[in-house]
Amino acid sequence: MPLRRILFGAIAVIVILALGGFAWTWRPAIAPISASERPSVDEQTYRRGAELAAIGDCNVCHVGDSGKGYAGGRAIPTPFGTIFATNITPDMETGTGGWSEAAFQRAMHEGVDRQGRQLYPAFPYDHFTKTTNDDIHALYAFLMSQPAVRNAIPANELAFPLNFRPTIAGWKILFFRDAPLQKDDSKSEEWNRGRYLVEGLGHCGSCHTPRNILGAEKQSSAYAGGVAEGWDAPPLNTNSYAPQRWTADQLAEYLSTGWHRLHGAAAGPMADVTDNLAKASTQDVRAMAAYIASLSAQSPVPNNAAAPWNGNQVAGTFAEIIPIYTGACANCHNDQADVGPSKAISLSLSSALRKQGSANAVRVILDGVQPRPGFSGAYMPAFGSMFTDQQIASLAEYVRARYTDLPQWTDVREEISKGRQGGS
Amino acid sequence: MTIALHVNGDSHEIDADPSTPLLYVLRNELALHGPKFGCGLGQCGACLVHLDGRAVFSCILPIAAVGERKITTLEGLIENGKPNKLQQAFIDEQAAQCGYCISGMVMRAETLLRVNRHPTDDEIRQHMRLNLCRCGTHAAIMRAIKRAAVA
Repeated sequence: MPLRRILFGAIAVIVILALGGFAWTWRPAIAPISASERPSVDEQTYRRGAELAAIGDCNVCHVGDSGKGYAGGRAIPTPFGTIFATNITPDMETGTGGWSEAAFQRAMHEGVDRQGRQLYPAFPYDHFTKTTNDDIHALYAFLMSQPAVRNAIPANELAFPLNFRPTIAGWKILFFRDAPLQKDDSKSEEWNRGRYLVEGLGHCGSCHTPRNILGAEKQSSAYAGGVAEGWDAPPLNTNSYAPQRWTADQLAEYLSTGWHRLHGAAAGPMADVTDNLAKASTQDVRAMAAYIASLSAQSPVPNNAAAPWNGNQVAGTFAEIIPIYTGACANCHNDQADVGPSKAISLSLSSALRKQGSANAVRVILDGVQPRPGFSGAYMPAFGSMFTDQQIASLAEYVRARYTDLPQWTDVREEISKGRQGGS
Repeated sequence: MTIALHVNGDSHEIDADPSTPLLYVLRNELALHGPKFGCGLGQCGACLVHLDGRAVFSCILPIAAVGERKITTLEGLIENGKPNKLQQAFIDEQAAQCGYCISGMVMRAETLLRVNRHPTDDEIRQHMRLNLCRCGTHAAIMRAIKRAAVA
């Protein structure tokens, strides 16, 4: 099988590079600090750190049980096995209590922990390396001010040779570039600020850029769309298939509220991102929006804020499912400009329906869209327990036929089965 | 169009538009007034019933989608003509203020206790969070569920 051969060859290359690269990338341990050596933190630095942590989505992976912030332990599924997010609260034994700022800065910039061990790039230091020392200082101050939580993290579940950390050194030689961003003087301050945050702390490319077989982002296809936890992360570049081209204003509203009336709700892993960006500074989110909008500015798709469209006539083929659509979906997805309390947009504006695969559409039908406790936002009930697989498949195919002119999906059954197992 | 529904152990032939929400049929055709119309959007939980044992919003479940699956309403939990243990616990704790949400609360709680006989407070809160009560009787609802759990 060619793929297996490529994979085997690639792993062999990595092992060789690991041996060669080990010496070159070896880093010493940085001496631990005691609790009394931690810096005192002023309120302004703490707040800045909190905003930056929100942009970095630190709490999404490093979440602890029962929502204990930053205590770690979340299982991060990767194509190579499971990596458990570490405890980044200042607990001396199980967390980062002994980390000096220099150790934290090295982890962010080089992907090496305080003890000198290589870190897996599930921790996106390929992006964090672009973060300035000033911002890292504020982040460090914020994280070291969190309550220390004692929470020992399970060992990663990775197959040989990837469970051998020096292998990561080989990966770094191939794919890791720690050059800081150079300001582009032909662009505005806001655009440059946005690029710094999107390419750096925001690590948007981690999901929105496709990865190669060794899990590195394909730089030649930056922002051409990737995957995240079984969801498709849509392209942010001119490959975007959003029915309306995103403007910077629309993106700023969507990123800070999780919803826009011409684009709909953030769902799946993106909902965590928008919940966090609600806590970031307005100027930073605006800057990120300006940069992201520039990535698809040359897209031929217009943004005309068109009135919703009520769809193709496809009644005959779908006679059995239409009453179910009418009774279950059309009360909210009513194709009117007034979206009502559910904030359900016309499906003619849905990008999920225009994707090549049905993953996102199926997952939204199965699991719905729930605002976080304490947040108000778009709401859709989970239909997974109400409808049979056959009904969900027919609904997905019906809305694809009614609201797009694209060929019918062929992966709906498969995605329903994956979505039901909660997997990717 | 005639559609067969199995509700609380009985079968019924219903003559209605297939897109009609199950809730309307339960209340208006079958006189089962446990489930209530709240938001009509599947947001509040007042209309909750069981569909093959799983909690579903009957206000957005078209009768065409039910098929052979069995429906249970608040009335269907009655045992030997008396409130069952969970229903009695809601009565004993006087968990109702206006009472509009209570049928949905009981139906939701039943699906928790069936799989978890001794839920923690956190587990109860997590499970019940999709059901809304505007009077604010959440503390009494919590007590009722815990009373039924240990009884």
